[in-house]
Amino acid sequence: MLGAYLPILLLVVISICFGLGALVLSSFVGPKKPSKVKLQPYECGCEPVGSARERFSIKFYLIAMLFILFDIEAVFLYPWSILFKKLGMFGLAEMGVFIAILLVGYIYIWKKGALEWE
Amino acid sequence: MFDNVWLIPLFPLIGFLINGLFGKAIKEEKVIGGIGALMVFCSFVVASMTLFKMISLPGHERVHNVTLFTWIKSGTFQADIAFLIDPLSCVMLMVVTGVGFLIHVYSIGYMHGEEGFYRFFAYLNLFTFSMLLLVMGNNLLLMFVGWEGVGLCSYLLIGYYFHKKSAGDAGKKAFVMNRVGDFGFLLGLFTLYWYMGSKHGIWTIQFTELAKHAELYPVGGVVTALTLFFFLGATGKSAQIPLYTWLPDAMEGPTPVSALIHAATMVTAGVYMIGRMNFLFIKAPETMMVVAIIGAATALFAATIGTAQNDIKRVLAYSTVSQLGYMFLAMGVGAFAAGIFHLMTHAFFKACLFLGSGAVIHSMHHALHHAHSHDDPQDMRNMGGLKSKMPMTFLTFLLATIAIAGIPGFAGFFSKDEILWQAFANPHHGTLNFALWGCGAIAAGLTAFYMFRLVFMTFFGDCRINPKCKDHLHESPMVIVFPLIVLAFLSVVGGYIGMPKIIGELLGGIPNYFEHFLAPVFEFSEEYVKSQAHATAHHSLVLEWGLMGVSVVIALVGISIAFVLYIASPSLPAKFTAAFPALHRAVYNKWYIDELYDFLFVNPCKALGNFLWKGFDVVVVDGIVDGVGKSVLGISAALKNLQSGYVHNYALSMALGVVVIIAFYLFR
Amino acid sequence: METIAMPAINFAAIMPETILSVIAMALLLINVFVPSEQKAYLGYLSLIGIVVTFFTVIGGWGTPQEGFNGSVMQDNFALFFKGIFLVSAALSILISDQYMKREECNHGELYPLILLATCGMMLMASGTDLMTIFLGLELLSVSLYVLAGFQRDSLKSNEAGLKYFLLGAFSTGFLLYGMALIYGATGTTRIAAIASYVAQNSLAGSNLMLLIGMVLMAVGFSFKIAAAPFHMWTPDVYEGAPTPMTAFMSVGPKAAGFAAFVRVFVIALPTLRADWADLLWVLAVLTMTVGNITALYQKNIKRMLAYSSIAHAGYVLVGFVAGNAVGTAGIMFYMLSYAFMNIGAFAIIVLVGKKGEPNNNVEDYAGFGFKHPLLAVCMSIFLFSLAGIPPAAGFIGKFYLFSGAIQAGYIWLAIIGVLNSAASVYYYLRVMVFMYMKDPVEEFDWLKVSPAIALCLIIAVAGVLIPGIVPGYLLELAQKAVLL
Repeated sequence: MLGAYLPILLLVVISICFGLGALVLSSFVGPKKPSKVKLQPYECGCEPVGSARERFSIKFYLIAMLFILFDIEAVFLYPWSILFKKLGMFGLAEMGVFIAILLVGYIYIWKKGALEWE
Repeated sequence: MFDNVWLIPLFPLIGFLINGLFGKAIKEEKVIGGIGALMVFCSFVVASMTLFKMISLPGHERVHNVTLFTWIKSGTFQADIAFLIDPLSCVMLMVVTGVGFLIHVYSIGYMHGEEGFYRFFAYLNLFTFSMLLLVMGNNLLLMFVGWEGVGLCSYLLIGYYFHKKSAGDAGKKAFVMNRVGDFGFLLGLFTLYWYMGSKHGIWTIQFTELAKHAELYPVGGVVTALTLFFFLGATGKSAQIPLYTWLPDAMEGPTPVSALIHAATMVTAGVYMIGRMNFLFIKAPETMMVVAIIGAATALFAATIGTAQNDIKRVLAYSTVSQLGYMFLAMGVGAFAAGIFHLMTHAFFKACLFLGSGAVIHSMHHALHHAHSHDDPQDMRNMGGLKSKMPMTFLTFLLATIAIAGIPGFAGFFSKDEILWQAFANPHHGTLNFALWGCGAIAAGLTAFYMFRLVFMTFFGDCRINPKCKDHLHESPMVIVFPLIVLAFLSVVGGYIGMPKIIGELLGGIPNYFEHFLAPVFEFSEEYVKSQAHATAHHSLVLEWGLMGVSVVIALVGISIAFVLYIASPSLPAKFTAAFPALHRAVYNKWYIDELYDFLFVNPCKALGNFLWKGFDVVVVDGIVDGVGKSVLGISAALKNLQSGYVHNYALSMALGVVVIIAFYLFR
Repeated sequence: METIAMPAINFAAIMPETILSVIAMALLLINVFVPSEQKAYLGYLSLIGIVVTFFTVIGGWGTPQEGFNGSVMQDNFALFFKGIFLVSAALSILISDQYMKREECNHGELYPLILLATCGMMLMASGTDLMTIFLGLELLSVSLYVLAGFQRDSLKSNEAGLKYFLLGAFSTGFLLYGMALIYGATGTTRIAAIASYVAQNSLAGSNLMLLIGMVLMAVGFSFKIAAAPFHMWTPDVYEGAPTPMTAFMSVGPKAAGFAAFVRVFVIALPTLRADWADLLWVLAVLTMTVGNITALYQKNIKRMLAYSSIAHAGYVLVGFVAGNAVGTAGIMFYMLSYAFMNIGAFAIIVLVGKKGEPNNNVEDYAGFGFKHPLLAVCMSIFLFSLAGIPPAAGFIGKFYLFSGAIQAGYIWLAIIGVLNSAASVYYYLRVMVFMYMKDPVEEFDWLKVSPAIALCLIIAVAGVLIPGIVPGYLLELAQKAVLL
């Protein structure tokens, strides 16, 4: 039964070997002539300005997180809409409950001010 | 029949609740002490009525279970709140409530003006309640509840003077040692329950049920194991080798506590327990031998230490350990009734001795206090010549001392001699008997010696107290003296209810009432011993008289030596210690047993704990926490740098755990 | 057009969960609409919700309800555990208000989060499908991560929340992988179906995938109940989290972990019993010993109770290993009494603490017994019960766990358990030594007992003493709830 998974194992092994092999090979084969310019961080060809370790505003994370939350939940709507007729009234009611719960969350974050930038 | 026995433990419980909850508000010492003593007296009255009813019944109707309600029930297991009323528990009830009452009365005077007076009486009542549960419980679990309860009260009362570090430490030591013993008790309980249940389908922990099926226990084997477990429990509670070192330290508690808990009642619980389970012990010859040897060894060993102590209470403490050794010796040679008899007489004279020493300390303390002296009021080297200052205390103390020394006619003589004779003549241990008897007899001589040394150093000779204090030494009030008189009286006459057969016959056929009374409890063991083929005890009147004479002579020799050393030529002891310095040091320092235990057990345990704590926790976990606490500046740096590392560590330990477990399943 | 046949849905099977989650959502909304000074209502409302739920739990007793096509089953076993969860949630809420006000972090989200966590626990207890159990576990865990880090401006609390989250996610991975392997081996996630598949195809003993799945699930649950060596998160998280939440975390989720652990292993994998009993034996011994020995040297009382709670998980594992009626009833009895005694002890810690909790060390209890005798007596009762000294409920519980082990023939396990509980007395007693045998350093004049905490203490003391003295009734309930 495990034999059915052999191709997957092979895939994993080969991909690991390929990745590692490329790294190891390039470090052996490639010439190393470091210079100041070469060691600079790459910034689309321009001269780098300031440190690369900029801190992002936490607000980005919050917005991104909320986006993903609602995004993922919206995904549930797709299979439901395809089977909407087959599911009948019960399906409609269930989705109503689902949306209502989402709505509670939405009202909560809205009132909390999580959607305001300032 | 005995429907009202539940009142006996109820009264002290009420006393505990009243004093514990409202004692602080009552404030009035007389009311608090009065309630405490009255409650125990009520119990004593009910116990006496129970005893009289018991005596009026014929021998075979003297065992009763009085069930109040079902306590725990699950499947096959059942434990009730129920009391076992039989001759053995009757005797114990009388000792606990009777001596307990006297000590309560004494405490009213002794604890006068102490901070937390109400606390003391609340604990004392709670103790009495727990002790009564222990004695009356009709099953092992209820007995265990009492067993734990007395341990707790003992701990609380030893640490009563909690501002003294030594008192707190002594309490802790007592508790820990008792826990070791309790562990044995529980193991015994589990093993017995499991064995009887799985092997014979008898799931019970009730004493009468267990005794009813006594035929089913095999000789030796599992019974040896479980009786040894129970005996481990007994050594903890009753301060026998190897778990005895807590008792001398327990003298940090107030003197009435030493008298009640650490002499008369709680420490005898182990003896009582073996008596209660005699049908099991008799089937385990190896255990009996262990009990006898430990008992004899403790009796001798503690007596040697007692000879070199200068603290009046410590002498009595080692004496208690030694006398408990006698009781275990009696149990170990199958003389159960004699052991219980000695338990009772010992309760009388040792309580009297402790209370008397308390009166002396009390008086010394006040006298020294007046003169602003910092001498130790318990050190006998500061005493002397108190005979004329405290005549009643002296008289009662002397009577009790004569009783413990084993002078014919006094209580201690009858009980101790019975034990020594049984040690010599019992059918169980063969050639070992002589050694057992020898240990007991030598210990008896040492007992006579150190007890009279105590009397001579305290009451006779010149008064060595600071001269400024001399005039402040005086006799104690009546409330203290009265219990002393009653106990001294009992120490004198208490022995006559259990006279050895040969003396009774000599006096015109007086039977051993005590043994007769207890006979139903030990019936099975008696029958069992008789049924054994080799069980022919050598009975020889001449021998018995002879041995009795020998032990009397030994006692007299002990007293004479004490007289010579401490009255006739008081310079001799100093010369003696000078001649054998190492021996004296070893005895004075209690043979260095405490140090040995520290080295063998306490320190390795501490080291292990330390290692786990330091290696496991301080380095890995606490580093971070301490860092947070110590430096506000370092917080963010520490958290930023160390946080991920430490979570890594945790995750690593989990991953390692998983790997080890899976590896186990793959390669097993 | 033909409609899809709906599976059998039985709302009665998830009645308590439904009520709690509706109330939680309502509270969430109320929280954002009412001004902050009226937030005390939230606590009362949540308590009312819990009481109502408790009545539905009592009402459901004796009538098992299966629902959602067999993925939840509200039987007596689940109901008993739901009772434990509700008790621990209610007691924790009672001590939260005063603490949160003192620490100035009185955010209204606390109550909905507690209710949602309780809801998750309930799903774990009644789930009969690995997916349902996982769903409950995640609902519980996510709520707890937030609760642990609830004091946003306290570094320790943040540390606790983050650590708990990281390690919790790690352990969830194991659990889920274990479930996946079991699914791979048997082709189903219904625990009853797993059992019948394993029995029909006699996979036990031969199938490695099943075995490793079992091990990984055991690891995942062991993390939740804080069994060694998966306990490392406990002390840090318990110490850092707000004290009422520590109380909550040390009881409810642990009970929930045991509920799911027992149900999955006893119902789905009875044929592998010999294998997992060995594993749990070792875990139990390790857990008890590590917990107790490390607790011996703790100075911080919250940390000490954290290690003690590890040790208690070990005792309960003993009953699990025993696997018989007595042992399993012991688990339930013990978890319920543990809820009372542990939360009670934490209530005292809340009372004694000052803002920022600079005084959580055992030494800070010096002389407490003289300044506040009644509170000290309560604390002593809780400590006695934790130490397993009669007549407290903890003693009866331990007695049952160990006698279950003995009846099942695990003598050595019981011996190690008894030894451990003897050792544990030392550190519980140390607190009492400080309370009663040291001179007071502090006046404890900041200490005020709010009516809510007083109520909590009364309930906890009654919950420790009454089952301790007359355990019969509760034991009977526990025995009726046993899953055998």
